[in-house]
Amino acid sequence: MASNTTAARTAGNPADVLKRLFVKLGILPFLLVIAVIVFTLMSDNFLTPRNLMNVLRQSVYLMIVSIGQMLALLTGGFDLSVGTTLALSSVVGAMAMSAFYAAFPDMVGLAIALGCLAGISAGLSIGVMNGIGVAFFKVSPFMMSLGMASVGFGVALYLTGGVPVYGLPVAFGDVFGFGMLFGIPAPVYVAALLVLVLYLFLYRTPQGRYFYAVGGNLKAASLSGINTTGTLFFTYVLCAFFAAVAGMLLTARIDTGEANIGSSMPLESIAACVIAGVSLRGGVGRLENVVLGALFIGLVQNGMNLARIESYLQTVVLGALLILAVIADQIRLRYVASLKD
Amino acid sequence: MSKKIATVEEEEMQSAAASPLLQTFAITKTYPGVTALDGVDFELRSGEVHVLFGENGAGKSTLISILAGANQPSAGQIFYRGAPVTLHSVHDARDLGISAVFQEFSLIPQMTVEENLFLGAEHTRGGFVDRARIRREALSILDELGFALRPEQRVDRLTRAEQQMVEIAKAFRSELSVLILDEPTASLTSYETDHLFELIGQLTKRGVGIVYITHRMAEIRRIGDRITVLRDGRYIDTVEARSASEDDLVRLMTGRVIGGVFPTLDLPKPGAPVLEVRGLTTSDETVVDASVTVSAGEIVGMAGLVGSGKSELLQACFGAVPIASGSVRLKGQDVTGNSPRRNIRAGFLYLPADRRNEGLMMMRSVRENVALTALDILPFSNGHLLHRSAEAATVTALAEKLHLSPPRIERSVDQFSGGNQQKVMLARSLTRAYDLIVFDEPTVGVDVGTRASIYEFIVELARTGTAIILISSDLPEILNLTTRAYVFYRGRVQTELQADHLTEENVLAHFFERETA
Repeated sequence: MASNTTAARTAGNPADVLKRLFVKLGILPFLLVIAVIVFTLMSDNFLTPRNLMNVLRQSVYLMIVSIGQMLALLTGGFDLSVGTTLALSSVVGAMAMSAFYAAFPDMVGLAIALGCLAGISAGLSIGVMNGIGVAFFKVSPFMMSLGMASVGFGVALYLTGGVPVYGLPVAFGDVFGFGMLFGIPAPVYVAALLVLVLYLFLYRTPQGRYFYAVGGNLKAASLSGINTTGTLFFTYVLCAFFAAVAGMLLTARIDTGEANIGSSMPLESIAACVIAGVSLRGGVGRLENVVLGALFIGLVQNGMNLARIESYLQTVVLGALLILAVIADQIRLRYVASLKD
Repeated sequence: MSKKIATVEEEEMQSAAASPLLQTFAITKTYPGVTALDGVDFELRSGEVHVLFGENGAGKSTLISILAGANQPSAGQIFYRGAPVTLHSVHDARDLGISAVFQEFSLIPQMTVEENLFLGAEHTRGGFVDRARIRREALSILDELGFALRPEQRVDRLTRAEQQMVEIAKAFRSELSVLILDEPTASLTSYETDHLFELIGQLTKRGVGIVYITHRMAEIRRIGDRITVLRDGRYIDTVEARSASEDDLVRLMTGRVIGGVFPTLDLPKPGAPVLEVRGLTTSDETVVDASVTVSAGEIVGMAGLVGSGKSELLQACFGAVPIASGSVRLKGQDVTGNSPRRNIRAGFLYLPADRRNEGLMMMRSVRENVALTALDILPFSNGHLLHRSAEAATVTALAEKLHLSPPRIERSVDQFSGGNQQKVMLARSLTRAYDLIVFDEPTVGVDVGTRASIYEFIVELARTGTAIILISSDLPEILNLTTRAYVFYRGRVQTELQADHLTEENVLAHFFERETA
């Protein structure tokens, strides 16, 4: 609107510096610092290399789901079915793996590979449905993914009768659940690889840029010659892919296929993204921040466990943090607006 | 009777001269790091049209938002009829009879026209909304204003021009003393504009003071009484509209002397046809049986009222609006019904009129916005991977060429003024080799200085052999910048005017021809 030509720099007092940092970085760095200080004070075991590695390992599943969720948020939607996707891939993957393993006990590697393929395909099918609904039929992402969450959960329960799927090869858990290489848990490598590939895709390829364009301004993107329908479809398929991979990793960790895992994922993954500064209006957000956001949530959960905060209360804290992050985002927008006026 | 009115008016004028209707002393507005207004004095007499003039970012919008109560000054004082007032909110200002019509609409898209008109001031009867009375008064307001709107229409079904009318009508629901209008004619047709001006005339006769922001010189001539010029948040001068020449105003506004706004059209003979449209009708029939031809190196104008189909025709050619029948040929190839993606790759670019909603990703950087249409080719990428340093270098060079101000390509677009946002969009036309570029209303909401450079830019493109289509509701643009023009009326091509027949009378005659018949 108005002028930024007569810029009169105000004196750099601490409050002003903090405000500028807040506008530039968002709420996450502040929350991280506060969380580390609080939990270090509450528990001696918190700030130890061993525990921090623990936090990293525990956060991996949320991290993988969150980077998928970020894509949905970037394009101006969201995916409430990530939890279901995770559960369905766990159940289908475990059933396929255990069935094949029972038939051919010698071919452990093939059983694991086929099981993972089946699980991830099952998860992808939910993403494909979401993508078709949102991209081609213009169903709102809220309704589409909410509906699919119910469909997927129902299918997972139906397939298992609500009973965990046992009989997985021991090697699966040993490698993908509890495996260590150079003192770092195996799931961390998987997450690192996924983050790296997604980073290159988002920031080094034209298609990566198009996710931001579609969320930034759908009409402008379309008039700029971007295949917006394809991009939206692809968004939900990718999001489901990440959730499905997380589902298989979690299956390896708990050694069973379960229909009940992942129910907290929609909330936690959206929280991780929003705390990391991903805009709910689309078009804004950085992958590296989302990784930090997921770590932050893992850190808070771990810290609360060490401080012996009851698990029911932890849920309260998590919800409150999400709301706090959204409020902080609003305040930040207001600051940005006042700075540019 | 007329005598009586005259004396009343004289009295009013005199009392107005004694203490102005609205006055500000040393209004200052600072935001952290920025001074938007710096000690601005402004005075509005009753019964005058006072034009606020200045470049984008000069502080006009900030000043009117303070006058309307939407913003509070950091320092300074506002007087209303001689008494100091503090306007805490738009509501406070409304109570004094100060109403503003901003460019950004404050309408609820899902509500009807009448619901919007009386939003926040609904008439009630026994605690329930009095729908009959609202309908009655809405009708009488719309009737008084001469706006062809039905009260029960939903606002999101209206065109931008019609939404603007609703916004203006909102100011009339209560007693008015000061009316603030921020570029109200930007999306109005000339018929609607005439009506608005008539209305302004009636209001000023009743002693209402009008604060009017416009970039259009013709409007200042027509309705302006005095002009206050702002530059960089500071008060520069107040001049009489009658005696001020265009050059004076531009000099006051920019602090420098600018030559003619329009560049000389020294284009070589047009080359081969680039775009050939035959009998095109769109699915929604906003365009009916339109045929046009555009050749390399010429600038062809598309004139007509808002909603006459001039914009829709080119959107249909570009693939953004579905085509029912007819054919579109680009450089001899049939491209009927091709997507924007394929058209862009074939060398046909359409730059939309509505920057904010259709053109730019407001929260993304200049770099990303400029590069968006060409990310699949060199130098931006090899088709698979982006070349980020080449991208930054190319966009930096384009920003320099177009004098983007400030030249910061990593800044998000919403932090630039309207004129500079337009430059960001124009820069897209240089990121690929285009044979045909359509500019849809390229100078809406753009100040005079930037406008001149946009015109120069367009002519420069035509000189290099690019076929240019200029869609414009601004008649001088059509007259001075095009070599040939088509005039649209109700979805049809009414006529084609060659350069020697391109006069104001000729174009206008075809704007309305059948309406008067």
